[in-house]
Amino acid sequence: MNAADFQALLPLLVLSGGAVLLMLQIAFVRGVNRSAALATLTLVLAALSCASAVEQAPRQVTPLLVMDAFALLFCAVFCLAAAVTVLLSGDYISYHGDEPEEYFLLLVLSTLGACVLVSANHVASLVLGLELLSVSLYALIAYPNKSILPLEAAIKYLVLSGTASATTLFGFALLYAATGTLAFDALGEQLTATATGRPMLLLAGAMVFAGLGFKFSLVPFHLWTPDVYHGAPAPVTGFLASVSKAAVFLVLLRLFLDADLFRYRILVELTGLIAILSMLAGNLLALLQTNIKRMLAYSSIAHMGYLLLVFMVCIERDNRGLAVEAAAYYLIAYIATIIAAFGLLTLVSARQVEREDVQLQHVSGLFWRQPLLACLLLVALLSLVGVPLTAGFIAKFYLVVAAVDGSNWVLLGALIVGSAIGIYYYMRVIYYMSRKPEQQVSQAAPADGLAVRVLSGALIVIILLLGTVPQPLMAYIRSIL
Amino acid sequence: MSMPALILVLLAGGALAWLAQRASDELPRWVALATVIGALALLYYMAVELPAGSLALASDPRQAPSWPLYLKLDWIPRFGIALEFGMDGLSLLLLALTLLLGLIAIASSWTEIDFKPGLFQANLLWTLAGVCGVFLALDLFLFFLFWELMLLPMYLLIAVWGHENRAYAAMKFFIFTQASGLLMLLAIVLLAWRGASAGNGVSFSYLDLLGLELDPRLAWFAMLGFFLAFTVKLPAFPLHTWLPDAHTQAPTAGSVLLAGILLKTGAYGLLRFCIPLFPEASATFAPVAMSLGVAGILYGALLAFAQTDCKRLVAYSSVSHMGFVLLGLYAWNHLALQGAVVQMLAHGLSTAALFMVAGALQQRLHTRDMRAMGGLWHQAPRMGAATMFFVLASLGLPGLGGFVAEFLVLAGLFAVQPWFAAAAALGLITAVIYALWLLQQTFQGAPDERRQMADFGVREMLAMGLMMIALLWLGLYPQPALDLAQPVLDGLHDSALQPPAAPLAAAGSAP
Repeated sequence: MNAADFQALLPLLVLSGGAVLLMLQIAFVRGVNRSAALATLTLVLAALSCASAVEQAPRQVTPLLVMDAFALLFCAVFCLAAAVTVLLSGDYISYHGDEPEEYFLLLVLSTLGACVLVSANHVASLVLGLELLSVSLYALIAYPNKSILPLEAAIKYLVLSGTASATTLFGFALLYAATGTLAFDALGEQLTATATGRPMLLLAGAMVFAGLGFKFSLVPFHLWTPDVYHGAPAPVTGFLASVSKAAVFLVLLRLFLDADLFRYRILVELTGLIAILSMLAGNLLALLQTNIKRMLAYSSIAHMGYLLLVFMVCIERDNRGLAVEAAAYYLIAYIATIIAAFGLLTLVSARQVEREDVQLQHVSGLFWRQPLLACLLLVALLSLVGVPLTAGFIAKFYLVVAAVDGSNWVLLGALIVGSAIGIYYYMRVIYYMSRKPEQQVSQAAPADGLAVRVLSGALIVIILLLGTVPQPLMAYIRSIL
Repeated sequence: MSMPALILVLLAGGALAWLAQRASDELPRWVALATVIGALALLYYMAVELPAGSLALASDPRQAPSWPLYLKLDWIPRFGIALEFGMDGLSLLLLALTLLLGLIAIASSWTEIDFKPGLFQANLLWTLAGVCGVFLALDLFLFFLFWELMLLPMYLLIAVWGHENRAYAAMKFFIFTQASGLLMLLAIVLLAWRGASAGNGVSFSYLDLLGLELDPRLAWFAMLGFFLAFTVKLPAFPLHTWLPDAHTQAPTAGSVLLAGILLKTGAYGLLRFCIPLFPEASATFAPVAMSLGVAGILYGALLAFAQTDCKRLVAYSSVSHMGFVLLGLYAWNHLALQGAVVQMLAHGLSTAALFMVAGALQQRLHTRDMRAMGGLWHQAPRMGAATMFFVLASLGLPGLGGFVAEFLVLAGLFAVQPWFAAAAALGLITAVIYALWLLQQTFQGAPDERRQMADFGVREMLAMGLMMIALLWLGLYPQPALDLAQPVLDGLHDSALQPPAAPLAAAGSAP
């Protein structure tokens, strides 16, 4: 390790250092605001340090991590998303009472896990990052430990996610047995040379994919999603739905690209099938929900299905650049939208006894009670629908372009059908928000929390900017691929 | 810069009207009125400032200089997307109609809206802004953007200020148009992306995409995507089912905008984009489209006659009238195209007026059921006279706009498809039946003496008078309107008939 290696690794070092500092701080002086401030500072510094680290990119640091501009871009995005989550949860978590300082520590740790994941090009670092991310999330979900919903959600996530991790590990063990290597690119080379039978390799691939697909909540492995989204505190749900999913997707994409798994058509076609199932099932099940968080959970399954479409596009080597570009833009737009949506839901659900529960009735007449909040939520929802001028539209446009480029007509058809179904349940929320005052059921008092308001406003501005002037980000992503 | 300014004026006016609500409930209306008048003045200025005769010149839509007004600014160069606007005679006519009906819509909602009048006027103006954008945009991506953007304020108009079944109607409207819009987006990407692989770089510009040589199968599917999106909006049989619900449930101003201008965006899309971009595919598809047109004319008329709800009756009559537009467009000759354009204008005016009458009746009687009406002429003679005028305009009385339109369409169509023309001509008879039925059920018959009803006031008669003059003008002296549209129609017609420009043709003929 030399100075350049350290510089390239700076974001991860800052995050780890910050986590240690936080731990020490909590050991000596407790204080929610102090911990939140330190966590925010760590995350923002880590995000800023990406700018310095990118000077060394791309650089292989130890055999485990590759710090390229792509990984650093997402490190920065994850750190910023986590910083926003910290600020969004300040009010929420202290409301639940005793000693919430470790919450912020866990958040920093899981961000570290996500950053390790996006820069992993070795199975060891993949598993390390994945576990760091998931184990912190178990505790984060269960943090409001006086209510029943979060505990239920955390246990469910713990058991199922543990199983998924074990499956992934077993899959990797089989791959190691066959190839004798764990680095992504060497794995790809050895796969062709290995004497091990095809069935065993396919089994290994399927197990890895199933395990990661679980974390990524794709359709046959999606059953945990609605319950966990429903039960977890809203800011954690936002973090889980955006950062954790994006990190898992990116590492899966890197594994496929580096090891060139796209040559196994059957594996890629499996992802296509799963993408279609996720789009359709996610959207159809979301139709049935009256709980907004559950609805967003199902809709996130559908959104991940849309995103998975890029795997099929990647089959042709010529299309890969565009496909990865589309995926990157989609993920950034999705992270901004989801964090904004859940941040706003924390405001809607403020001052409720069961804060984790956000029903459609709770937003009834929101336009007339809290116009600003309602307008912000409107933009977030429209971005999820994919209405022009929002980030979600450009993201969807990117996917359509990529799919047209790869001539994936069946997937495109599913995308169109899925989006058409999706309109209904998003618009239903908007309709409830626009109901006239005499029809509204609950009269929740307006929430205070200036920081949350400012932040949500800023996120909405980002969503609109990504939707109206997408060129700079597009050009940047293109330049680093 | 005047074209984006027109859209921005309407957007800013909307925001201002919303803010004005804080001052008083009256102010937003005046702000909205001033905004639309300001936009009209701007449009007039734009038309006057054009170099003399530039609107009359024969135009080739593929050449930027042949557009009387043209503006292109880079937006997303990564995909060759630009803020590209253009105005010619056709856009000018439709913009004038849009803003005129915007005035009418504001007038018709003057006293109707009590709940959040500022936001109501804002949504009205934003819808107008979206529609103006649709008529001005030349970049297909930009066109799609405006196409989608006009939906949301319209959705809110129906969902918030609509009548008893508004949730269902608003949702149906939004899902129909948005889902078909997704198909159009797919078609646009298909066209631009595959067009790029044939030539030089990706471009979403109408000018670059026009006259592209496409793989026939691809062209066929892309054409279908456009066709579906536009015929949902038009609406053509059998994609019209959202329309009666949306019209019936929308507040009066919403119905005026929907019938008067939103439907025209569908016709405009077919005329400007769908047929010229895919001439061969459209030519093979024409019999199907024309059958849908004829079916729409007859089916719409039949259902209109069966309605007891007066707004629903007018809504179905729209389906019938727009069938003529579809026929005129797919007949694709000079006469029929002229007819289609005049029909767009005439239908916009007469239907908007009829919706205004229906809205006024509902406001006064609190019902739309025609069985509860009858003999209203005695209580409201001015309203009755106005209704009679527009009913006659709707059934195509010679001397009014509708007649000129339908005659031109039928004359043009007869040259191409005499049997379709014969079937469509039946529509002239059925129109008489439902139109007179509407008048009989509401204004004629024995009056109910216990009923008290206010007649039209000055504001309403002013709006009615404006539309009457416009319809008479279209009926008696349509030449100025035809002159404005003629060069554009010729240009579109020729660009669709002739194979692409010289260089490509030369390359093709070389051995």
